[in-house]
Amino acid sequence: MKKNGKKAFLSGFGQLTIPLIAIALLVVFNLIRDPGFFSIGISHNNNGNPVLSGNIIGIINGASELAVLAMGMTLVTAACGGQDISVGAAAAIAGSVFVKVLKSGSAINAGTVILAFVMACIVAMLFGTFNGTLVAVFKIQPMIATLILYTCGRSIAYWINGGATPTVSSPILSGIGSFIPGVPIPTPVLIVVAMAILFKLLFHFTALGLFTQSVGINGSAARLNGINATFIKLLSFIILGVCVAVSGCIGVSRLGLINHETLLIDIEMDTILAVAIGGNSLGGGKFKLSGSIIGAYVIQMLTITLYAMKVPSTDVKAYKAIVIVLLVVIGSPVIKERFGRWISRLAERRRKVSAKGAEE
Amino acid sequence: MRKFKALFLVMILVVCCMATACKKDDKDDKIKVGVVNNPPSESGYREANVKDMEAVFSEANGYTLKTFYSIKNDEQLQAAQGFITEGVDYLLISAAETTGWDDVLKKAKEAGIKVYLFDRMIDVDTSLYEAAVVSDMAKEGETAVNWLLSQNLPEYKVIHIQGAMGSDAQIGRTGALDKQFESGKMKKVVQQTATWDEAEAKKIVEAVINSGEDFNVIYAENDGMAKGAVAALDEAGITHGVDGKVIVMGFDCNKWALRELLAGKWNYDGQCSPFQAQIISDLIKSGKAPASKQIINNEKGFDAKALTQNDIDTYGLGE
Repeated sequence: MKKNGKKAFLSGFGQLTIPLIAIALLVVFNLIRDPGFFSIGISHNNNGNPVLSGNIIGIINGASELAVLAMGMTLVTAACGGQDISVGAAAAIAGSVFVKVLKSGSAINAGTVILAFVMACIVAMLFGTFNGTLVAVFKIQPMIATLILYTCGRSIAYWINGGATPTVSSPILSGIGSFIPGVPIPTPVLIVVAMAILFKLLFHFTALGLFTQSVGINGSAARLNGINATFIKLLSFIILGVCVAVSGCIGVSRLGLINHETLLIDIEMDTILAVAIGGNSLGGGKFKLSGSIIGAYVIQMLTITLYAMKVPSTDVKAYKAIVIVLLVVIGSPVIKERFGRWISRLAERRRKVSAKGAEE
Repeated sequence: MRKFKALFLVMILVVCCMATACKKDDKDDKIKVGVVNNPPSESGYREANVKDMEAVFSEANGYTLKTFYSIKNDEQLQAAQGFITEGVDYLLISAAETTGWDDVLKKAKEAGIKVYLFDRMIDVDTSLYEAAVVSDMAKEGETAVNWLLSQNLPEYKVIHIQGAMGSDAQIGRTGALDKQFESGKMKKVVQQTATWDEAEAKKIVEAVINSGEDFNVIYAENDGMAKGAVAALDEAGITHGVDGKVIVMGFDCNKWALRELLAGKWNYDGQCSPFQAQIISDLIKSGKAPASKQIINNEKGFDAKALTQNDIDTYGLGE
């Protein structure tokens, strides 16, 4: 009975088992290492506003861009069976457009910020359409198709910036990037929540989730059933474009500075990793957004843990790699299957033993 | 008929060449300078560097300037070759790569063209160039650390945010501080690379703040990372700058960073000077051979208390 309970525990979370175990392991590890790691306090920032502080807030806040991108990436992965590796470069473009529009006006107010964000969204969606067209219409491998923008994206951002690293400062921007006066929760966290709710609503009121899944599992079968596979793939890239714009704008607002070389650098790999840790098949098909979001927090928690342990800067990536290899291997179908078989064999033996006991 | 056409085209080519050649003869009284540089798009530093070159070697100062910008070494080599064939008086080079320049520089020497290197060194025999005007990154670090020592803090607890590991700027700017850590004069709270990434710098500082460890100096190896660190301080309500608890130090002297200094929010910014043109121009006009093959471009460090708007206009990079 006990074993059955364990099995139910493992399969009950289904896809989310691995990311949840990863989070649990990191939490336990950190609690042993430093019991105060997860303490949350309220302090006042230099503007005199009360704000939440602590490692856990830092992790959730710092992973915001990654979480937003991971949501979009999950959709692309599910529909196309491949990944967009240009999200970092595209975010740099979106961020540059955001700053460009902000700086072109005389004063920064709510209206110009919204306008700038909408412009950034449009540009990012256009680039998403470009990627999506290559993938959906011309049937190019997603990684190859997005390699183009990956290569040239930051140069385009450079042109938009005119070669410099422009800075913008405004209370509204710091409201987006750090804290709204009077609200102790970091704004990027609220944006992630809003995006998650939007996705939830999208899947609730449309059949997009189901369509995406069926296109990802078998494109021809989906087409024969009247689903426009090309359009679904294209749409996934456009939706990812919106995510890119959102994360780019968060990144810019955090510091009030756009540096086309460093904004969200290397985030594409972390994003794909978040999708993978979330238990989603990178070959497309079934997907779970919540898995990818948890995956994003796993990655961020790992990074912050390493920083808190003062691992030498040159070693951080190596340690990260070790943990990630372990996670991915544990989550691989082979290990899962073996583990499942082992558990069922154990259960069977237990049943036999108890049956024998009953006979006697 | 076809032969006729070809002949005609060749004739036009020859006439064109002669026409351009004639034009040049008119400007014989000016000093002809060919500059081979990296493109201004490379960085804010390069942009200022290119602008400075164009301003100093202007017609008004008695120069005829020819420029070529590329990030590729082979294109730069071809351009330098072209300048030699055209017959410039001086060749100024900031090479994309340190190797491959032997032949071109030898040809320049044979043609009697004097070569100056700026910003970057090249792996060739020193007899092939007049002088190299370069930055000394290690000295930049020393200047900054000496300034920090002159603040006479009762104790130094330093957060050291490094640039991309292995880059010239990182090695140079880290060296001087490492010596202080070793001698025990300063305490290393944390030493991490943010690979020039502003957001990463912020996360590093956040991690230190959350660990509850005390610190009173932030030494960031460029302005962007210092900005990231300051954002973390602001969110945690830790004061910084001239009247604050934490001393903030950056490098590169971007205009926006110097403005932070002027506002008293940062304490120090170390210069990485892109302004080599005047030094080279002085050497050319003096007509004498430089005393040393390697001329270190004198670089300043700005203290927030002494900074003026005039300094920002003169030394600030970008906008």
